[in-house]
Amino acid sequence: MLFARYREAAGARSIEVEVPANATLADVWAGVRSKVPALREERPMFSCDRVYAREDQAVTGREEIAVFPPVSGG
Amino acid sequence: MPGLYRIVEGVLDLQEAVGAVAGPGRGAIATFIGTARDHHEGRPVRALEYHAYPEMAERVMRDIGREAEERFGTPHVAILHRIGRLNIGEASVIIAVGAEHRREALAACAHVIERLKQIVPIWKKEHYADGAAWIEGSRLTPASG
Repeated sequence: MLFARYREAAGARSIEVEVPANATLADVWAGVRSKVPALREERPMFSCDRVYAREDQAVTGREEIAVFPPVSGG
Repeated sequence: MPGLYRIVEGVLDLQEAVGAVAGPGRGAIATFIGTARDHHEGRPVRALEYHAYPEMAERVMRDIGREAEERFGTPHVAILHRIGRLNIGEASVIIAVGAEHRREALAACAHVIERLKQIVPIWKKEHYADGAAWIEGSRLTPASG
């Protein structure tokens, strides 16, 4: 799932990416960047099943994964 | 755990937040209202737009309420955050904290708004006379904060 500026850049609420076995969030992000070149220089935040996660966290493909820019609510 | 944590489309209701934290054991209710300002770093702002990851935002707001309870002993916290387009002067966020005494109510309320700005997945976009821009904010996560 993509949010805020990333969603606008991709023109989509979510995108599907292929990742290798034993993938991490970094692999997911690499897939996003290759599909959305406008995000190539970004350093995103990650969440996995609605909890903040680091990019070295392993993923199975069954999680709800989100990537988004630094937050600015309030 | 008592408390109210909600992402809202539409006008926020201060009384709803206060009502959620009021009670006979509480001698103080501190509130904070964040409102849409008409300028940012010298540039006139016409309107604000907020976007959220609502399910995660409500979960993180609940975590912040739990954090306030641990630090200040204030289990009665309400956080309402609006999304969508706001006119200047309208409330974007309302926080209410009920406590036995003023000191912990005020301290917890200040803590909650700081943490909200640091870690709740919500994004602000400013609309100007000649365009719009997303505001880049905090890189903290609960683990690093």
